[in-house]
Amino acid sequence: MKSKLFGTATIAALAFGLPAMAQAPIKIGFVSTFSGPQAAIGEDMRRSVELAKEHLGGKMGGKPFEIIYEDDQFKPDVGKQKSEKLVQQDKVNFVTGYIWSNVLLASLKTVTDEGDTILISSNAGPSQIAGELCNKNFFSTSWNNDQTPMAMGQYLQEKGVKSLYLMAGNYAAGKDMLAGVKRTFKGEIKGEDLTKWPDQLDFSAELAKVGAAKPDGIFIFYPGAHGVQFLQQYVQAGLKGKVPLYQVFSIDAITLPQQKELALGTLGAQEWVNDLPNEQNKKYVADFKKKHGVYPSYYGAQSYDSIMLIASAAEALKGDLSNKDKVRAEMKKANFKSLRGGFTYNTNQFPIQNFYIQEAVKDPEGMMTVKTIATAVKDGKDPYYEKCPMK
Amino acid sequence: MEYLLLQMLNGVQLGLLMFLLAAGLTLTFGIMDLVNLAHGSLYMMGAYIAWMLIGWTDSFVLGALLALPATFLLGIVVEAIVMRRLYARDHLDQVLATFGLILFFNELVRVIWGPAGKSIAVPAFLNRTVEILPGVPYPAYRFAIIVVGALVAILLAWLVARTRIGMLIRAGASNRRMIGALGVNIELLFTLVFGLGAVFAGLAGLMAAPITSVKIGMGDDILILAFVIIVIGGIGSIKGAFVAAMVVGQIDIVGRAFMPDLLKTFLSASAASSAAPAISQVLIYIVMAGVLVWRPTGLFGQRT
Repeated sequence: MKSKLFGTATIAALAFGLPAMAQAPIKIGFVSTFSGPQAAIGEDMRRSVELAKEHLGGKMGGKPFEIIYEDDQFKPDVGKQKSEKLVQQDKVNFVTGYIWSNVLLASLKTVTDEGDTILISSNAGPSQIAGELCNKNFFSTSWNNDQTPMAMGQYLQEKGVKSLYLMAGNYAAGKDMLAGVKRTFKGEIKGEDLTKWPDQLDFSAELAKVGAAKPDGIFIFYPGAHGVQFLQQYVQAGLKGKVPLYQVFSIDAITLPQQKELALGTLGAQEWVNDLPNEQNKKYVADFKKKHGVYPSYYGAQSYDSIMLIASAAEALKGDLSNKDKVRAEMKKANFKSLRGGFTYNTNQFPIQNFYIQEAVKDPEGMMTVKTIATAVKDGKDPYYEKCPMK
Repeated sequence: MEYLLLQMLNGVQLGLLMFLLAAGLTLTFGIMDLVNLAHGSLYMMGAYIAWMLIGWTDSFVLGALLALPATFLLGIVVEAIVMRRLYARDHLDQVLATFGLILFFNELVRVIWGPAGKSIAVPAFLNRTVEILPGVPYPAYRFAIIVVGALVAILLAWLVARTRIGMLIRAGASNRRMIGALGVNIELLFTLVFGLGAVFAGLAGLMAAPITSVKIGMGDDILILAFVIIVIGGIGSIKGAFVAAMVVGQIDIVGRAFMPDLLKTFLSASAASSAAPAISQVLIYIVMAGVLVWRPTGLFGQRT
């Protein structure tokens, strides 16, 4: 009797329990900035993640998945707390997002080592993680910080620009960006300023220095709200038309609605541009524009790629993510249709990819956007991968 | 030479903005003996209210002009509801209560205007450069800040030195119990002074907004600088606040403009470029420490 009851219970458990287990959703934590002046970036990423979810039909590898968004408030300490919460309390399968290098650096160990959870950076790519801090649990769907400015520097070098003045925010990414441009640009550096980050939005003293130094060009890294303020002050200081501006991450779909005509004609470098001619990108940009009435940015495209990368691993493993070695091995194949038209992973699990030169223009409807004008780097590798112990 | 002039003007512009903020702080601190940490919140509210009114009126000047009486009203309301209860308490209670106000205002802004930052565009007629000397362009908007800031400073100097209210303010700063005993309506005076401080803070906030953008907590960082200024200048002294604000403005600009080159004379280029931002950020505090050693009550503070 007892054993019969037990048997029935087992059958019942099998009948009802297993499908329920199979339906347990894949959980993805998404850390980004959703408040304060940089909230527009987080919003663009969230929209792209939701679009990826829609394109996947809400499922990966036959399983439903849910995204838990957390606001890092643009602060490393808060970002670390939120990452900890995602890993320990929500027990997510993946953590992704991260706009800021300093937030990512503060959160990395919490997720990858203490939590043994896979982290996919959708934007930040500090040199430390590309090099000695590289981790089997860390993947990037963006770049190493040095690479985009390296592409810009190389283009300016080839164009014969003689001298540059460099400016960036004084934090992990800003330092990488200036190091990057100096790797490929061999002309004279007339001056270099790392400004207080993120508090300093008034660049009067630095712009006066630029005016006095009379360089052939000024190279900047001021993402999001900082880029908007910088461009306005650059124009107000009367430098537009005198000292050409070259930028990385400072003029994009996030900032252009506020920068408007002031940005026209400015060149920048990027690994993804909204006009890259591949099918998945056309669909992504068209659907995004239809839904929100604005262009998506690379922040969004990289976030979309992060979700698609996870989905590719889940598909290959038929939704069974229990063996992390297998998950990592599948992810390392990068077997998905990236919006930039595909990339392969280097040993440090950063993409090997192209970089393009883009120009700020008006589209036929009069909306500000950027368009590709040249390929600066083909299959570029970051300069740190040899320092990474993973082979 | 022209470069030096430009950088000095930048310092003056920064100093005048800081003076507007510090003037209200030093008045409330000196006359009402009130430590008001929420002064930075009034700066933020000035910027947000201006942002809203500029959106409604579609004119920067009109919106800014309307924001001033609005921040005055806000100041009076805050004084009547919160500050009035704090005058008799000791400084620690005031710090606690006004810190609570900071949290309250930050949350209030989040509820009303949302978490995302706002930006105020520089008005079209100021979005260009003016030639301060032939061949030396300077951003017109910054020049406008200097003009407005200087006018307000002159107005305030006249108000404090030449009017009856100013006389009472000065009397209040040196001995407030005595002027109460002489039959002056001290409550009304305090309300007015607090409202005035709020207007100045709001004006500073809305003028800084096109340069630094409007965001939650924008007043918190700058408040520390304002406290440094009133400590250097001497608590309660408008003249001291003005001089100290000018000094701090110049020091900040000097640190940003000349520190890297200065360091390069005895450090390697890479060491200089990484040390310079750090040093220029602490320079102001070093100067404050120096002034306090030399004159413990500040440059124009009353000797006790």
